[in-house]
Amino acid sequence: MSRTLMKGNEALARAAIRGGCTHFFGYPITPQNEIPEYFARELPKAGGLFLQAESEIAAVNMLYGSAAAGAQAMTSSSSPGLALMQEGISMLAATEIPCVIVNVMRGGPGLGTIQPAQSDYFQMTRGGGNGDYRILSLAPATVQESAEMMEESFALAQKYRTPVFLVSDGLLGQMMEPVQFDRHTKKKRAGNKRWILTGHHHRRPPRTIKSLRLDPAKLESHNLELQDKYGRISRRETRFELYRMNDAELVFCAFGSTARIVKNSIDDLRQKGCRAGLIRPQTLWPFPVQPFKTLPESGKAVICVEMNCGQMVDDVRLAVEGRMPVHFYGRCGGVIPEPAELSEYALELLTGGAA
Amino acid sequence: MSVIFKKTTGLTEAATHYCPGCTHGIAHRLVGEALEELGLLGDTIGCASVGCSIFSYNYFNVDMIECSHGRAPAVATGIKRTVPDKTVFTYQGDGDLAAIGTAEIVHAAHRGENITVIFINNAIYGMTGGQMAPTTLPGQKATTAPAGRIAEFSGRPLKMSEMLAEVPGAAYVERVSLHHPKYIRKAKKAILKGFTCQLAKGGFAMVELLSTCPTGWGLDPVEAMEWLEANMIPYYPLGVLKTPEEV
Ligand SMILES: Cc1ncc(C[n+]2csc(CCOP(=O)(O)OP(=O)(O)O)c2C)c(N)n1
Ligand code: SF4
Repeated sequence: MSRTLMKGNEALARAAIRGGCTHFFGYPITPQNEIPEYFARELPKAGGLFLQAESEIAAVNMLYGSAAAGAQAMTSSSSPGLALMQEGISMLAATEIPCVIVNVMRGGPGLGTIQPAQSDYFQMTRGGGNGDYRILSLAPATVQESAEMMEESFALAQKYRTPVFLVSDGLLGQMMEPVQFDRHTKKKRAGNKRWILTGHHHRRPPRTIKSLRLDPAKLESHNLELQDKYGRISRRETRFELYRMNDAELVFCAFGSTARIVKNSIDDLRQKGCRAGLIRPQTLWPFPVQPFKTLPESGKAVICVEMNCGQMVDDVRLAVEGRMPVHFYGRCGGVIPEPAELSEYALELLTGGAA
Repeated sequence: MSVIFKKTTGLTEAATHYCPGCTHGIAHRLVGEALEELGLLGDTIGCASVGCSIFSYNYFNVDMIECSHGRAPAVATGIKRTVPDKTVFTYQGDGDLAAIGTAEIVHAAHRGENITVIFINNAIYGMTGGQMAPTTLPGQKATTAPAGRIAEFSGRPLKMSEMLAEVPGAAYVERVSLHHPKYIRKAKKAILKGFTCQLAKGGFAMVELLSTCPTGWGLDPVEAMEWLEANMIPYYPLGVLKTPEEV
C-alpha cells in the first residue's frame, strides 16, 4: 500500500473525512490552520460543509446544532480557542452529542506562544467547562497514529454518544511524515438515532435536547447515568503503549510528541547500561492506571516528562500510589526537550544527584 | 355554533410558568399559530435561549434544542446548514440577544443565515430578577441600576433592529409590540412574514416584539402594558426596518 508524505494537520483532516466527517465549523488559530484550510478545499468535494465561524464560541455552538441535527460534525482549534469553547463542551457532554474536537496545543497561559507545548493536559482531562463530565481524549504520537485515531474518533463518538478530543500539538501538527491510509475506511453507520432533531412530522411527540434539570433528583440521576457511561468508556477504551518496559528500572511516562523524544533517550540510556522504559498513554482520559499498578519488579523510579510545568504528573502520582518515587521533568513555553538532556537528568537521578 | 377562537396546535398542553401579564405567553401563541397556519409544525426545529423562555421547549409543539446563553443563533446556524429543508427559529430575550449573544446574532445576520429570529425585548433581565439589560431605558429602574439607568454611565439602550437592518445579510427586520390586541394582530403578521421569508430562502429574518415584564418592572399587568406604550414605543419605533422585495 502506498504511503503519502503529509503534514500532521493535513493528515488529521483527511482522516476525518475518511472517518465520516460531514460538517466542519472553526475559527482560525495557529498552529492548526492547515486543518480548516484542508476542509475548506476538500469537504465540499466530499459532499460535506465547511463554515468559518466568527469565534470559537460560535464554532462549538454550530457544532452542537449540526450534530444535534444528525451530522458527523467536528471543529478544531488550539489552546486559547479550546478555552473559549469550554462552555459549549460542557453542554455537548451534558446533552450527549457525538462530535469530535481537535486541539493542536500551543504554549500558555494566556496567548502564550504559537510554538508547540502540552500545556492543555488539564484542559483536555479535567473539563474546564462546568459540571461533572469527562471527555474521551485520544493522544497520538505520530502522524500515522494521528490519522488512525482521527478516523476512528467518529465511530467512538457515535458509539458512546459523546464528544471526543483528539489531542495533538504544534510539533505533531506541523511535522511531515509518511502516512498510510487503509483501503477501507473506518466509517461506521451510526446506531440509535432516536435522539436526533428531525422535526416530528406529526408522527411522534416533540423531542427536546436539553441540559437543564431543576429537579435535584432528576439532575442527580442524569449525572449518574453519565458516570455509568464514563465507567464503560474507562473499562473499554483506555489505551497505552509500553516501550522496553519488561526489565525497566527507570520508568518514563510521556504522551504525544514528547513520548517520541523520550524513546530516543531510552535507547541512548540503554546503550549506557541504564535500563529505561516508557509507558505512553494513548488516551489521556481515561488515564491508563493499570500499567502503573503492575510496574516491573525491577522498577526504581518513575519520571514523567511533559512539555509543560507538570500536569499529567498528577495522574501518574495517583496511579503509582506511592509505590515508588515519581519525578517530573518538563520544558515549556514552546521549548522542546532534547533526548540528551533527558538522559542526563535520568542518569543524575539514578546516581542520586537530581532532585 | 361557529368557532371563533381555539387554542393553536402549535403549543403543547403544558401550562406555562410565565408571570401573570407577561407577554411571553402571547408571543408563544403567535409563533405557534404562525407555524400551524403555514403547516410547518412537523418540520420545524426551535432553539430555546437562556432567560424566562428557556422552558419554551415544553410549550412549542416542535422539536427543540436548549442553547447556552446568547448562542442560539450559532446553534441555529449549525442546524440550518445541516438540514436546510427544516424551518429553524430562535426565541431569544434581550439579555440573551443584545448582551451576551451580540456577536452570534450579528454574524448570523452577516452570513445571511436563512433562519427566523423571534426577539423578545422587555427592556430587562427577567429570569435573574430584574437586572439592567442593554435595552433598559434611560431612567428605568433595575436591581443593578437602583437609581434608574444613567445614560452617561451605562450608555443609551441598543436598538438591535436598527443595527441589524444595517447588516447586508439581513433580509427582513421588523419591530412590533404586544401591548394591545390591534398591535398583536400586526405582530402575528410580522411573525408569519418572518417564517415565509425563510421558506422563500430569503435569508436572515428577525421580528422584535416589544414585551412586558410586570414582575421585573414592579408594575401590575395593565400598568405594564401602559408603561410599554408610553415609554418603549417612543424609543423603539415600530415598523419595518428592512424587507425583501418578494416577501
Ligand atoms: C453564561 C451565563 N451567564 C449568565 C446566566 C444567567 N442568566 C440566566 S437568564 C439571564 C438573563 C435573561 O434575560 P433576557 O434574555 O432578557 O430574558 P428574559 O428572562 O427577560 O425573558 C441571565 C443573565 C446564564 N444562565 N448563563
Ligand atoms: S419575570 Fe418577567 S419575563 Fe419572566 S415570566 Fe415573569 S414577567 Fe415574564
